[in-house]
Amino acid sequence: MATITGGAAAATPVPRPAAHPPSNRRRRETRAALVFLAPAALGFLVFFAWPTLRGLYLSLTDYDLLTAPEFSGLDNYRTLIHDDVFWNSLWVTLEYVVINIGVQTVVALALAVLMHRLTQSTVIRGVLLLPYLISNVVVALVWYWMADFNLGLINQGMDWIGLDRIGFFGDENWAIPTIALVNVWRHMGYTALLIFAGLQAINRDVYEAAAVDGANERRIFFGITLPLLRPVLALVLIITVIGSWQIFDTVAVTTKGGPVDATRTVQVYIYDQAFTRFNFGYASAISVALFLILAFVAFAQLRLMRAGESDQS
Amino acid sequence: MASTSGTPGTTGPAALPRASVRLRRRLLGGVTALSALALTACGGGAFGTGDGRTTITYWLWDANQQPAYQQCAEDFENSQSEYRIDVQQHGWEDYWTQLALGFVSDSAPDVFTNHLSKYPEYVTRDLLMPLDDLVERDHLPLDIYEEGLTELWTGEDGARYGLPKDWDAVGLFYNEDMLREAGLDPAQLQNLTWNPEDGGTYEDVIARLTVDENGVRGDEPGFDKHHVRTYGLWMQGAGGDGFGQAQWSMYAVSNGFQYTDTNPWGTHFNFDQPAFQETMTWWQHLIEEGYSPAFAVQDGQQSADQMAAGNAAMAMDGSWMTGTFTGIEGIRVGIAPTPIGPSGERASMSNSLADSIFAGTDHPEGAWEWVKYLASPACQRVVGEYHVVFPAITEAWHVAQQKFAEEGIDVSPFTDQVEQGTTFRFPITEHAGEISALLIPAFEAVMSGAPVDSLDEVNEEINGLFEED
Repeated sequence: MATITGGAAAATPVPRPAAHPPSNRRRRETRAALVFLAPAALGFLVFFAWPTLRGLYLSLTDYDLLTAPEFSGLDNYRTLIHDDVFWNSLWVTLEYVVINIGVQTVVALALAVLMHRLTQSTVIRGVLLLPYLISNVVVALVWYWMADFNLGLINQGMDWIGLDRIGFFGDENWAIPTIALVNVWRHMGYTALLIFAGLQAINRDVYEAAAVDGANERRIFFGITLPLLRPVLALVLIITVIGSWQIFDTVAVTTKGGPVDATRTVQVYIYDQAFTRFNFGYASAISVALFLILAFVAFAQLRLMRAGESDQS
Repeated sequence: MASTSGTPGTTGPAALPRASVRLRRRLLGGVTALSALALTACGGGAFGTGDGRTTITYWLWDANQQPAYQQCAEDFENSQSEYRIDVQQHGWEDYWTQLALGFVSDSAPDVFTNHLSKYPEYVTRDLLMPLDDLVERDHLPLDIYEEGLTELWTGEDGARYGLPKDWDAVGLFYNEDMLREAGLDPAQLQNLTWNPEDGGTYEDVIARLTVDENGVRGDEPGFDKHHVRTYGLWMQGAGGDGFGQAQWSMYAVSNGFQYTDTNPWGTHFNFDQPAFQETMTWWQHLIEEGYSPAFAVQDGQQSADQMAAGNAAMAMDGSWMTGTFTGIEGIRVGIAPTPIGPSGERASMSNSLADSIFAGTDHPEGAWEWVKYLASPACQRVVGEYHVVFPAITEAWHVAQQKFAEEGIDVSPFTDQVEQGTTFRFPITEHAGEISALLIPAFEAVMSGAPVDSLDEVNEEINGLFEED
């Protein structure tokens, strides 16, 4: 509504816009900005800010979803500090993130550089992206069946070449690496494309200069590509690390947190507490803890990787 | 109209052949269309079904049983003109979560299949409709059900929260061809004995049926327990929501173990007692000897699939799996009862499901009519005809037994347990959700080799839940 009146006022002075006092104009710009921001702001308030605040409140209550929440102060947080399963879930998630992000970033970087240096083929780029287009649940189930101890293709193959069978999803030591690698398979093409876009932004002249100076591929990679790619890598890492911390779906359709607690990641534990044990207040407290951890991780990454600046002049 | 008990009158449609049911339904459709006009004219019953019938939503989790209940729903719709039944199936994994969310958002089904481990928590939150007044009003006969089933659904407060629909038992499914190859006779399996020290004749059979990759049997010298091709006894997960229904309960109870101080409504669990821990030590020993798969090995496909693939010679499972096991193509599967334990008797958990009404239903009368029909001989006989599970009404499970017999399947290993009184009940307690969440990882750990006395700690944690109350 505010726009209509603003628009009407603006209609008259069209011939001499410069004559208008600047404060008036700024007010109009602010109004326009607010109008354009409104839909996004509404979404932010309804889907982010309000649930976050409510989550914070619920974390201070004893709430079983079916009866009204009861304020319990910091009880949930006190329980949290002494909850071994929670600490174990943090540890498990960290293990997952390190394997998942470590392998994924190296593989994606290698793929991106290969694409950049060797081929312009869109078909190959398309093929790389393919796993990302398949639903998470389908990917998880297909790998779950392929990696089955007795009936799976992978173990049959290992048997055939004389290796011992491995309980990929059923063995406590293998479950997290297996799930981490399944998700590397799904996400590496997508991540490679993001990095590839960053590579294309690097000035070609720098490479020519390096070639003139007789630098080899290895030196070019470590001396030019990697430093100039830093801001993009930082962004990619922040996005993928945060996504990685929230691992849930692959676990939910395969191991469901087991064997024992080997794959009970933070998100899986939150779900368990909330939806199978109806401890919504406690689940909210874990969510708040996860929120703080993620905020810290993102902040630390931004600072450490100086993501805001570029080395390219 | 309901006061004269709808049960005898409703037996008609079920007995009719299917084709005539359809014909009747079409005729009835015309009649109900007219009554629909009358109803909407009165301004009532406008629930969007078009024919003026009120829709009653019904949930169940077992897809194998859906056809039987669909048939019941069809018969029920033909027997009256007020209600339509919408049967919905949701897999066990999501069933309880969806139900809880339904309770919160007031969109839960009017009637749903309920489980003994879940209903106490619903009762304390006033989510289930007590049925006592209705049962009394309609003079429902409660002595037609298998003994003890109706009592299971009487809450701690003395009110009735469900009418029993079926019961189950546990038994040993075996590959008959493998048995003969091993030089064993199926008749031998009918009277196996077990004890926690040396496993008795039961363990002898398991060892005999285990074969390594070189073809050496488990009871022969040179058996390689690290490269087993066929396990004598398959084990599936820590299982049964942590209560070991088809995993270890039959051994533990035949060894004198009782889950809780009293059942139902116990407040103290006994997982720290010798009778239980001896059993678990033996159970773990099966894995160590290579006769049963370790947790990492069994993870994944179900035991019936493992038997189909030749990885398992025997598997302990529930009576509701009979159709799946005996339906495996290419092999003959037989059933044997659980072994006789140190107590001198067999033991089998017998669980029973019931249909409950959501307290927040908009159509309590319609929901009750449907529950009453589900619990009637008319519907349960139909369920018996489909013979997936054993219905709760004695004469109806005899129908199922006969149907199995017609297919050459002898289900007496299950029914004998009931008739000889060797069944025991699922432990009905408060906090079942929390208890499962604690038990499952604990048993997975034991299956993966953790010391059995690690269960002491879990037992303490569980008992702590009751002390907080």
